[in-house]
Amino acid sequence: RFFFFFEMARQQHSRVQQDLRKVSGELFSLTYGALVAQLVRDYESDEEINRQLDKMGYNIGIRLVEDFLARNVGLGRCYDFKSTAEVLAKNGFKTFLGVVPTIANWDQKQEEFSLVLEQNPLTDFVELPEDHPELLYSNIICGVIRGALEMVQLDVKVWFLQDSLKGDETTEIRVKFIRKLEDAVPAGED
Amino acid sequence: MTCYFVIVGHNDNPVFEMDVPKAAEGSKTEDRRHLTQFVAHAALDLVDEAKWQHGNLFLKTVDRYNDLTVTGFVTASQMRFILVSDSSRNTNENLRSFFLEVYELFIKALLNPFYTPNTPISSANFKKKVQQAAKKYL
Repeated sequence: RFFFFFEMARQQHSRVQQDLRKVSGELFSLTYGALVAQLVRDYESDEEINRQLDKMGYNIGIRLVEDFLARNVGLGRCYDFKSTAEVLAKNGFKTFLGVVPTIANWDQKQEEFSLVLEQNPLTDFVELPEDHPELLYSNIICGVIRGALEMVQLDVKVWFLQDSLKGDETTEIRVKFIRKLEDAVPAGED
Repeated sequence: MTCYFVIVGHNDNPVFEMDVPKAAEGSKTEDRRHLTQFVAHAALDLVDEAKWQHGNLFLKTVDRYNDLTVTGFVTASQMRFILVSDSSRNTNENLRSFFLEVYELFIKALLNPFYTPNTPISSANFKKKVQQAAKKYL
C-alpha cells in the first residue's frame, strides 16, 4: 500500500510539470504521517513502532531496488563500497525522495559512512508528540536501504545517529558494511 | 492594553487560548481573565450569525461590551478565531493581518499527523509563533 504511493510520486515526476510534483510531495508526506500516527496508536512501545517501520522499509527496499536499476540503466556494477555509497546518495535518494544527502564521516576501514540529510521530505509539518521520545519517525528509510542493498548482495546495518525532529541539527543515517552475501544453494538441492 | 485570543472548535470547546497582557497585576488579571472569557463565549452566537452574512473570512467587529471589542474570524472548516481587546488602537487592517497569519500557523499545525483536529493545540512552537504575530500586529 505504501509502495503504491512511491510509484505515484515517481510517475508524476516523469511528467515534467513542477507543480504536479509539488502536490504529490505533500500527499506523500501526509500519507506517511498518517501511517506513523496509526502505528503510534496501534503499538505500545516506541521500540516496537521503530521495528515495524524498519520491517516495512525492508519490504519496500527489496522491491524498490529492481525498479531503481531498471530506471537507471546506465549505472554499472559498483566495485567498492565507496561507489555504492555514492550511487545510493546521488541516484537512489534523488530518484525516490528528491533530496541528495551528503556522504560524510567515513571510518578508517572504509566500511562505514554517514548520510547527512539537510531536509527530510517525510517530516514536513511534523512535530513529535511528547509521550514518544524514542520514536524514530523516518525509520522506514533505514529499512529501505537495508532491503535494497541486501538484494545486491550486501549485508549492511543501518541506523539513525541524529534526527532533526528530536532537536538535533541535522538528520544523520549511518550505514555499516557487515559482509558480502554469497548466493547459497538451498539445502536439499544438490 | 490587554487582548485575549481564543480558537473555538466545533463543540464550542477552546482549542487554543492566549492572553497578551501588558503587565501582570495579580488578582486583578485573574478577574479580568474570567471576564474576557465570558465575553468571548457570549460573542460566539454573534460570530455564528455574522459568518453567514457575507462570504468573507474576516468578520470585523462582532460585539462590544463596555470597553471591550470582540473581533471574529472564521476559517473554511468553521473554526472560530475570537479576539477580545480593550484598545481601539487596532485597525481593521492590523487585525486582518493578525488573523491571516494565525490562520496560516493553524493550518501548519493541523498538518501535523500527530494532531487530531478539534483537540487542544499543545505545541509550544505554535504558541510561540502566535505570540510573535500578536506582538507584530497588536
